[in-house]
Amino acid sequence: MITIRAIINTANPFSLLLGHTQTQTQAHARVSECEMFAVENGLQGDPRLKAISDAIRVIPHFPKTGIMFQDITTLLLDPVAFKHVVDIFVDRYKHMNISLVAGVEARGFIFGPPIALAIGAKFIPLRKPGKLPGKVISEEYELEYGRDRLEMSVEAVKADERALVIDDLVATGGTLSASISLLERAGAEVVECACVVGLPKFKGQCKLKGKPLYVLVEPSQFDDLTL
Amino acid sequence: MSENEVKDPRIDGIKTKIRVVPDFPKKGIMFQDITTLLLDPKAFKDTIDLFVEKYRDMNISVVAGIEARGFIFGSPIALAIGAKFVPLRKPKKLPGQIIFEEYELEYGSDRLEMHVEAVDFSDRALVVDDLIATGGTLCAAMDLLKRVGAEVVECACVVELPELKGRERLEGKPLYVLVEYR
Repeated sequence: MITIRAIINTANPFSLLLGHTQTQTQAHARVSECEMFAVENGLQGDPRLKAISDAIRVIPHFPKTGIMFQDITTLLLDPVAFKHVVDIFVDRYKHMNISLVAGVEARGFIFGPPIALAIGAKFIPLRKPGKLPGKVISEEYELEYGRDRLEMSVEAVKADERALVIDDLVATGGTLSASISLLERAGAEVVECACVVGLPKFKGQCKLKGKPLYVLVEPSQFDDLTL
Repeated sequence: MSENEVKDPRIDGIKTKIRVVPDFPKKGIMFQDITTLLLDPKAFKDTIDLFVEKYRDMNISVVAGIEARGFIFGSPIALAIGAKFVPLRKPKKLPGQIIFEEYELEYGSDRLEMHVEAVDFSDRALVVDDLIATGGTLCAAMDLLKRVGAEVVECACVVELPELKGRERLEGKPLYVLVEYR
């Protein structure tokens, strides 16, 4: 079924404005300051991005009124689209000497491990308080109302490791910022943060705590025409 | 695995990577910490390979992973065998239409939720978690899948605590584990 949303997704007005030429090169071409979205960073015209975007379901007013929740579970029900996500990230990171992939609980546990396995990196879960045994460090971060905390096992990270942080979505950037802090406190170098979905406010300001942020797609729109 | 089967040489490497942490989360519990396994890319890959080799020709259409450590193992298995991945989650995390199943904890109870539309009667399901203890969580997971008509083919875990007899709570469904901790 063709919807208005689908038509908008296949054209990239920013690329037309900036005079980008069509390239078929892989996503790990040059990482430049403001080319944070995959479509602007070597994947223009890549049909996989549309398949990924179309597979993400929007649930209005969840978990509360006003929030258009980007539900990636429908993406996971589409093995082809799910594999596209992992393939794009793996192609980008496999030659960047990443030794560690840190996934944010819990949806980062779905995308992080397959990437880690494919690039031969360790996987480190960044968890809610009290879940990890042994020696942990923790970092607080802001929620809309109140604060939460993320923990990481100190013994898991060696100094000077090159780390990638993965989560399903970046909204305020609070969770990713806390993740970067944890890894840096343990002596790792955070090379990049990567998410499947990112709010467009990060466009043009695609650094988080000074670290590049790489995102596959913008949020899907809730479309009454799509059944 | 029966005693007559030859143990796969990768199993010992996996077992040595699992750290046992005494008295976590409380006194008396010998916690099986699989995060140390995840720090060894070869051992982690061996773990996934063993499951994939077993299940890739069994026509599994959906892998259901139990939050949160079941996600870590279930997701790569699903991708490798071309199956859907369905997260079975703690309450209130999944949006949209869900069904839930309650299960007993040592003190009190908890609840597992699943999207109703994710799985149906045509699905052949594999349930994955990092560990089976009493079997309460796996049992709840199987019930969710059965309620939507799916066939639960097997449950798969990295570690089993056989003395807790969780295997007997799986209503005859096969359980495959890589490591037993006695």
